[in-house]
Amino acid sequence: MLTIRNLHAKVADKDILRGINLTVKSGEVHAIMGPNGSGKSTLAGVLTGKDAFEVTEGEVLFEGKNLLDMKPEERAGEGIFLAFQYPVEIPGVTNNYFLRASVNSVRKYRGEPELDAAAFLKLVKAKAKVLHMPEDLLKRAVNEGFSGGEKKRNEIFQMAVLEPKLCILDETDSGLDIDAMKAVAEGVNALRSKDRAMIVITHYQRLLDHIVPDFVHVLSEGRIVKTGGKGLALELEAHGYDPIKAGMATV
Amino acid sequence: MTTATQTIEQFANKEYEWGFVSDIEAEAIPKGLSEDVVRLISTKKKEPQWLLDWRLKAYRYWTTMEEPRWWPNVTFPPVDYQNMIYYSAPKPKKQLKSLDEVDPEMLKTFEKLGISLDEQKRLTGVAVDAVFDSVSVATTFRGKLAEMGVIFCSFSEAVQNHPELVKKYLGSVVPYNDNYFATLNSAVFSDGSFAYIPKGVRCPMELSTYFRINAKETGQFERTLIVCEEGAYVSYLEGCTAPIRDENQLHAAVVELVSVGEGSQIKYSTVQNWYPGDKDGKGGIYNFVTKRGACRGRNSKISWTQVETGSAITWKYPSCILIGDDSVGEFYSVALTNHKQQADTGTKMIHVGKNTSSTIVSKGISAGRGQNTYRGQVKVLKGAENARNYSQCDSLLLGDKCGAHTFPYIEVKNTSSTVEHEASTSKIGEDQIFYCKQRGLSAEDAVSMIVNGFCKEVFKELPMEFAVEAKKLLGVSLEGSVG
Repeated sequence: MLTIRNLHAKVADKDILRGINLTVKSGEVHAIMGPNGSGKSTLAGVLTGKDAFEVTEGEVLFEGKNLLDMKPEERAGEGIFLAFQYPVEIPGVTNNYFLRASVNSVRKYRGEPELDAAAFLKLVKAKAKVLHMPEDLLKRAVNEGFSGGEKKRNEIFQMAVLEPKLCILDETDSGLDIDAMKAVAEGVNALRSKDRAMIVITHYQRLLDHIVPDFVHVLSEGRIVKTGGKGLALELEAHGYDPIKAGMATV
Repeated sequence: MTTATQTIEQFANKEYEWGFVSDIEAEAIPKGLSEDVVRLISTKKKEPQWLLDWRLKAYRYWTTMEEPRWWPNVTFPPVDYQNMIYYSAPKPKKQLKSLDEVDPEMLKTFEKLGISLDEQKRLTGVAVDAVFDSVSVATTFRGKLAEMGVIFCSFSEAVQNHPELVKKYLGSVVPYNDNYFATLNSAVFSDGSFAYIPKGVRCPMELSTYFRINAKETGQFERTLIVCEEGAYVSYLEGCTAPIRDENQLHAAVVELVSVGEGSQIKYSTVQNWYPGDKDGKGGIYNFVTKRGACRGRNSKISWTQVETGSAITWKYPSCILIGDDSVGEFYSVALTNHKQQADTGTKMIHVGKNTSSTIVSKGISAGRGQNTYRGQVKVLKGAENARNYSQCDSLLLGDKCGAHTFPYIEVKNTSSTVEHEASTSKIGEDQIFYCKQRGLSAEDAVSMIVNGFCKEVFKELPMEFAVEAKKLLGVSLEGSVG
């Protein structure tokens, strides 16, 4: 589904990604871990087309198409979804309205007919039920006055409604207490399917207790320095990133 | 350049859609302003002596006045009042009996503007008075309204058919010597709309005036007078457009609202979309308008809602004088400036009676090199026991070359009153736009959504049909402005 080859990117004049190689197949869940400043969020930004990042080398193919040539909204149309680390507030625009505009933009991109208000409401209500989303949250302005937990749940809710092919979760556990994290993880797990892939970016192993990955990659200084199964996360939890970094240095 | 800025700019560079010129023969008087011109206008309109006298009084007073340069943040070259035509009327000028007699070219113009003057074709209950250049060309649904005692006609017709009402209320809220532009209007006003809602009648449909400036080098000076008796209610809408012209055109209107009786209510909504000039600031309308309402009855209410997207310069402060005890004044405003537009707008709430209350919600949006100023006054007089005011002024900036300014003036002479003022300034963030794009929205849709969200509190005050119109208009006015 997703192939990243030798990806280099910089922010301002600072090289952040220095040759990432990664292949993600549908149905797989990949965790990307790494210390602060290793390039995790940059990777999410590059995959979704955020301006601030400049790709200097390498390629990214999504279902055979050159992702880097597409605008952010086209990538969304292709089925890439980013659950933001810091979801943005849009005052005065209700969650419902925003989401409907979003769903219909994506449908339009795919050449599908737009959903009318009734059909949309039906879809949203069904999804809200599955994710135990309180319906009043839908009537409130996008993320405005939401608690940290509500914001993250709202991201997962949007993900559920948009039914993307590739979900990128950028530090979805940050700022959440254990109960909120469990609720979010439960939502994510409900969306796991053989047709969908996920990239879960996180600092901590605790999220991976709840969203169990197929692969764990360790990112350090802009490169994937180690790849393993779910056990790798536990190892990192026990010993930290330093041994891996040290290992790198000796290579 | 960042995409945010690019989109903001694309948004801002969208062409003005209403800039066409209709080929309609007009009868105009020569350029220039003098006592003779005032007399000529009055004669053409077959006015009674008292009205001519009133005009002349205004004209003479005007000649002693100086063009105001009120605020340092609004600048424009001097207006040449002698190089302007003060009266232009589409031919033929005979009294029209039905729409069939209206010039087809004119009907086409209004159709193009989305205003159908054909009652059969109108789906919604909105009665329209169409004012083309200086005169009213058609008023719809008149018969139906008359059955309920509601008078809705052009100002000229009101002068002929209801002189006692016009005489009683003309200048009663905005006196002839009020300010430079109102005084000029009093001398040369050409036409406008008149509405009278009798005691106990809730006007069954929205009344609406659509103003169109077509002729060149012509000023438009219309006057609107709305009177509501005890327990009566009316919702009134006003829309305006003009062709694209290189030179600036002056629009100096006066609107007077009188909530006479106890419990009377007037809701006045404006979607102002005069030609704003091109992106370099060439051409456009100078919109120098005086709008004021008096709540005379106990428990009466006047509510102004305005969406201002057009004009090179907008200068207007729709105001409420709250005389009756328990009367209520409201002002909801969205003002957008793009390119080199300047807007200095706000309101005045004058609390005279006891327990009077007022609400001000102002949303200013600046894009391009637009300058947007909120200027408002809240005045609580000595006798206004327990008066309350709440003001909220929010500004949204798109890009980094525009400006937003807020000047609230508060004057309180009664200690039992409560006055609150809140203000905020925000910028559409790259983060907001990227968030929307990541959800599949184009940059333009994102900006339009964010701006509409920002204006929501005002749009919800507009009649449904107008709210849809206003949202579209904001989208268009901003096009070429974000990313």
